[in-house]
Formats: sequence, structure tokens, C-alpha cells
Amino acid sequence: MEIIVSVKGLTKTYASGVQALKPVDLEIRKGEILALLGPNGAGKTTLIGIICGIVNPSSGTVTVDGHDIIRDFRKTRALIGLVPQELATEAFESVWSVVSYSRGLFGKAPNPAHIEKVLKSLSLWDKRTAKIMTLSGGMKRRVLIAKALSHEPRILFLDEPTAGVDVELRKDMWQVVRELRASGVTIILTTHYIEEAEEMADRIGVMNKGEIILIEDKDVLMHKLGRKQLTVHLAQKLKAVPAALKTWGPELTGEGRILTYTLDPDGDRGAASALLRKLDELNIAYTDFSTSQKSLEEIFVGLVQEPA
Amino acid sequence: MNVHAIAAIYKFEMNRTLRTLWQSVVSPVISTSLYFVVFGAAMAASMRQMPGVGGNYGAFIVPGLIMMTLFTQSIFNASFAIFFPKFIGTIYELLSAPVSFVEIIIAYVGAAATKSVALGLIILATARLMMPFNIEHPFWMIAFLVITALSFSLFGFIIGVLSAGFEEIQFIPMLIVTPLTFLGGAFYPIKILPPIWQLISKFNPIVYLISGYRWSFGVGEADVPVGLSLAFMFGFFAICLTVVAWIFKTGYRIKV
Repeated sequence: MEIIVSVKGLTKTYASGVQALKPVDLEIRKGEILALLGPNGAGKTTLIGIICGIVNPSSGTVTVDGHDIIRDFRKTRALIGLVPQELATEAFESVWSVVSYSRGLFGKAPNPAHIEKVLKSLSLWDKRTAKIMTLSGGMKRRVLIAKALSHEPRILFLDEPTAGVDVELRKDMWQVVRELRASGVTIILTTHYIEEAEEMADRIGVMNKGEIILIEDKDVLMHKLGRKQLTVHLAQKLKAVPAALKTWGPELTGEGRILTYTLDPDGDRGAASALLRKLDELNIAYTDFSTSQKSLEEIFVGLVQEPA
Repeated sequence: MNVHAIAAIYKFEMNRTLRTLWQSVVSPVISTSLYFVVFGAAMAASMRQMPGVGGNYGAFIVPGLIMMTLFTQSIFNASFAIFFPKFIGTIYELLSAPVSFVEIIIAYVGAAATKSVALGLIILATARLMMPFNIEHPFWMIAFLVITALSFSLFGFIIGVLSAGFEEIQFIPMLIVTPLTFLGGAFYPIKILPPIWQLISKFNPIVYLISGYRWSFGVGEADVPVGLSLAFMFGFFAICLTVVAWIFKTGYRIKV
């Protein structure tokens, strides 16, 4: 797997004394969607800021496509598009003019056809002559994405791109992200919507207190940590788990009315239905049953929570 | 050299000027015209006898008034151009773009200076409509105009980078540059002052700039030799350039 961004021993201590990044090592693969999760203040934005050139690192190195981000900043920055977390936009300029401006700033010759394509893909075409101050928050977010895409970056950083964006816009954005990925663009996103990471990402990194505490392929992570549970609501109270059910090792809770069975991720897939059949055999009536999978969100909370 | 970036920033800044045409061009022209009406027309007759004025007080104050507008407008335009993106947060894009500090300065200072030079020429034309005068050294008149616009735009750029708030942006133009200009011989020749104030005036850099510019018009007497004026202008330009190079090298007040 080709590595496009390589971060080695990167640290950042702000003038205030806050250590935002402890030594961080990270390799981003070409063409992947990497989701960085972590609570506020985990260091995600600082990490992105350093790679993009907005924040000076305290120590460590970053290379992008083999070039050092400080020595060869022209080469590395030309490859990168950044959508910042804050809705920082001009007020009086038109959508068309700010997006065209970004393209020039990143060293590309004017290309109205490309700008048109970007604006259309983000449903901004109708608003191209509108002043930015007249746009809604969600539309401003789209403008920031359009600016980042104006110079045809090979790597796109999305720092909480869907914060404050409604469902419809969010779907549109993810469609754009999918298309970009299909065209070979590497995408790094931070998000608070964990289901988004779950749906979109190839790999998931979890940051906490300036460190990457875990980075794993999403499927592996879900499999390893995503437990599946069967919950059965019983019609009659049970005093104890019947001996015949011991092989499943279920828990009895809710004053003997709820039977919970946790599936072994590598075990027999039919174990849950076998348990239900066994209940029928034993004439144990139940009013309801449900299955649930531990979501990424729960995995995430489990990872970053302070040990009690 | 990222020429596209320079062009993009320059164009963006010039668009801002056009959009705010009223406040960027019209108001300085009106306020300068008022100076001409008050000093040039109303008081000119009684000022004509002042030594060193060359018998035409109206023409005598033209270079000083143009310079005064040039100083404040260059500082204001350039400081605002870089302060505003910092203030609203759009600076992130400039910092993440493949542009060097040289390119950023060429674009921002170039745009601010272009606007100031245009403004200076508009004021000159306005003045010419109000009173007759000749320009003895047209080349030097333009050269002084351009180098002064560039220097003060650079100075303004530095102020904009270092300022943390709007008050700080106002501070230097209002409390330092404007008083120094009034004391810098915009409205009178230095030699009519008492000896002690003449000496103090020699430490006011504005005296050298206005004197040099007045020399290019050929009205009245220059307060200092024109060579010294030129040296001052280039010296000031070089100092500003050095400060701005240091700021970008260290990322001071721009990057965290």
C-alpha cells in the first residue's frame, strides 16, 4: 500500500504551554478515507493544521508524497485541499469569485469549466453570483468545500465538514466525497458523527489527549470490538438461568424478566436462533426480543473514557 | 514564483477597492479638496508672503496634501487587507497555500500601493483644477509617489500583521503618522520655525519625504537636499522589508 502522508514523531506545544500533540506517528495510505475521531481538544485539528502549513510543529517531520512539508512546501501544499472546521468566509464577495480566487492562490491557471463542475457537484451553481453573507450556514460550508476542491487536490482534509449541516446537504457531501475517492483522492476527515465514519471510512483512527491511541481498518475494528447482543423480554419472571441454557451463558437482569446473550464474534452465527428455539423447547414464553450491535460510537466512548 | 497566486490576490484586493469605491476613493478626495479650499483658496492670499513658499501658497501645499493622503491611505489599505482575513479567519487559506512571503507581499502591498498611487493622481488632478501649478520633474514626481506608496503600504502591512484589534490598526496612523505629517512641513516651510523646532524637525522622517516630493514639483524651497530625501525613502522601504521578512520567517503573530 502506497503511503501518501507520513507523520513521524510530530509534537506541538502551544505558547500557552498546552501540549496539543505528544509524539504522533501516522501513515496515510494513498486513496483511502481515513476518519479521525476523538473528543474536543484531542489534537485532531492541530495535526491537520501542521500537515497543511497553518500551525508550526514543535518537533518531528511530515512528508507528503515524499516531500517535506516545510522544505518543499510548494509541492506539498499544492497537493492538499483543506476544509476548515470554522465557517471562515468572506462576506461581500460572490461564490464564484472566492472559489476562483482559491484556485489561483494554489497556483493553478484559471479554469472556469472546472469551477463550474465543482459548483454544480455541490449544488452551488444557482448561488454562484450570490454574496456569501446571504448564504445559510450549510451553504457556506459548501463554499468552503468548493474552495478546497477548486485546485484539484490529491489529498483532501475535511475538519468536521458536516457540523451544522442538515441531512440533505450531508448526503450530498458524502456523495461528493465518494466520487472524489473513486477518482483516487485521499481523504482525511474528522467528525463527531460517528455513524458517518462508520459508513464512509476505510480506516479509523482514534485520538485522545494528543495521541493516536488506535488506528485500524474499520471492518477489523468493528469485528474486534463491535459486540452483538440478543435481548429477550420474558413473559414470566425467572429466578435463575435454567441449566439447559448454560452453554450460552446468558445474563438474567430486570428482576428476572430480561435475558441477555452476548454473541461471540468468531462463534457460530446460528447461536442466537438456537437459543430462541431452546426457550421454546423449555416452554419459556417471551413477549419480545431484539438484537443490537455495539456501534462505533460505543466503542469510541469506551476507548476514550477515563477509567473510573 | 507562484504567479497565479499573486494575480489572484491582487485581483481580489482590487475588486475590494472597486466595491468600496465610495469610501476608498471619494472620501479622501473630498477631504483633501476641503484642505485646498481652506488653505489654498481662502488663506492663500495672506500666506503668499511667507518665506520659502515661492509666492504661491496654494501650489506650495499640494505636494504635502498628496503625501498626507498617501501615508494614511497606504497604511490603512494594506493593514486592513491583511488584518481582516486574520480577524474573520480566512487567513487559513493563505497559510495553507503554496505561496511564499515574497509573493504575499508583492500581491497585498502591490494592490494597496496601486490604490494609493491612483488616489494620489486623482488628488493631483483635483488640485490642478482648483489652482494653476507646474510639475518641474514629472519623472521624480511619479517615482516619489510610487516609492512612498510602496513603503507605507509595506508599513501598513506590518501594522496589520502585528495588530490584535481594530484599535491598534488605527493607533499608528492616527497618533503617529498624522501628527508627524502636520509637523512635517505639509503646510509651511521648516525654515520659518524657531531654530530649536527646526532642529527637532530634522528628526521627523516625514519632513524628508514631503520636502523631496515638493522638490519634484518645483514649488517653494526644499527643506532638505533632495538626495537626502531619496535616501530616507529607500532606507524606510528597506527597514519595512526587513521587518516583514522576519515576521514571515518566524510566523510571528500569524501562525501559532
